[in-house]
Amino acid sequence: MELVQIQRRLVDYTKSLFMEGFLDAQFLQLQQLQDDSNPDFVFEVVSLFFEDSEKLLNELTIALDQPNVDFKKIDSHVHQLKGSSSSIGAQRVKNACIAFRNYCDVQNIEGCLTCLQQVKQECYLVKNKFETLFRLEQQIMASGGSVPTTELGF
Amino acid sequence: MRTTEKIDGYDLSTSDTEEVHVLAVDDSLVDRKVIERLLRISSCKVTAVDSGRRALQYLGLDEEIQKKETNGFDGLKVDLIITDYCMPGMTGYELLKKVKESSAFREIPVVIMSSENVIARIDRCLEKGAEDFIVKPVKLSDVKRIIDYTTTELREGEQREGARARRRGINKRKQREGDDDLSSSPPSTLSSSTSSSPSSSIQSATAPLSPSTLDSPTRRLKMTSSE
Repeated sequence: MELVQIQRRLVDYTKSLFMEGFLDAQFLQLQQLQDDSNPDFVFEVVSLFFEDSEKLLNELTIALDQPNVDFKKIDSHVHQLKGSSSSIGAQRVKNACIAFRNYCDVQNIEGCLTCLQQVKQECYLVKNKFETLFRLEQQIMASGGSVPTTELGF
Repeated sequence: MRTTEKIDGYDLSTSDTEEVHVLAVDDSLVDRKVIERLLRISSCKVTAVDSGRRALQYLGLDEEIQKKETNGFDGLKVDLIITDYCMPGMTGYELLKKVKESSAFREIPVVIMSSENVIARIDRCLEKGAEDFIVKPVKLSDVKRIIDYTTTELREGEQREGARARRRGINKRKQREGDDDLSSSPPSTLSSSTSSSPSSSIQSATAPLSPSTLDSPTRRLKMTSSE
């Protein structure tokens, strides 16, 4: 595939992620922080997020499996996950965390379990999206091209 | 950002001194990375720590770790503290309190970051002397705004010092102890009464040089010349 075509594909793909709510404006902020002196910034932050979220999701699974569920602890973990997902612009993960916290507040275990599944699902989905995004970027770089900046005209 | 000023014959060519040095405090690794980058891109020097406790240690305020009374720590002088509110152990609010209750560091502006946009929380922080409150996620425009007025404050502070020195040329310390209350008064009257705690008067009695006089290299130069 020609360079121009891959670049076009990246632009369209990125736009679709915004349209479908996977990403929000905060992701654009991250992209603004990337430049020649920090060419992998977005990749690094996103990677950190997934390392972090994996740990948190494991802790949450264990915590919800206890005979006496510690809702304070759960809320604390979800709060952390909500924060970091918000910082990278992973909107659907963030929203799933907000719903999760609501069930925590009323100490509804079933609700929490359902939400945990949803958060896991959203993390999985957005991870795949990012992987595709980064792959397209790599293809562009490998072809000697530059990654087009995201401009949202809608 | 690099300018040369001449005050009283001293060549104040600014290399490190013009760059704002920010102490960033956040327990989240992701947020720390982002805030660090936001600050660096805004031409700041950054020291990022993961807890209020470590922030106090860096400043030399931790009771358990003995540091010299004067600002003689190995690190750079801190011009601004930006801290997350919700942190395990010591919250950003508690860190704010400790900083504002310390005579050595209460003049350092403290900015609080929080994902929760709660009016009561914001008010509490402002009343305790917080400079500003940013709702997360933090944007580049938020950081630029804060750095802009921190730089202006610092520059104005140095210019005020220079003007005073030229006008009076008296013992700077005596002047400053009188002016301090005026120049560093927090926004609300509530906090100005709480900031004059017994501990701050004890500290200025024992320290030959009140640490607040050493908060800029300009002042340091003038102190040594008057002795």
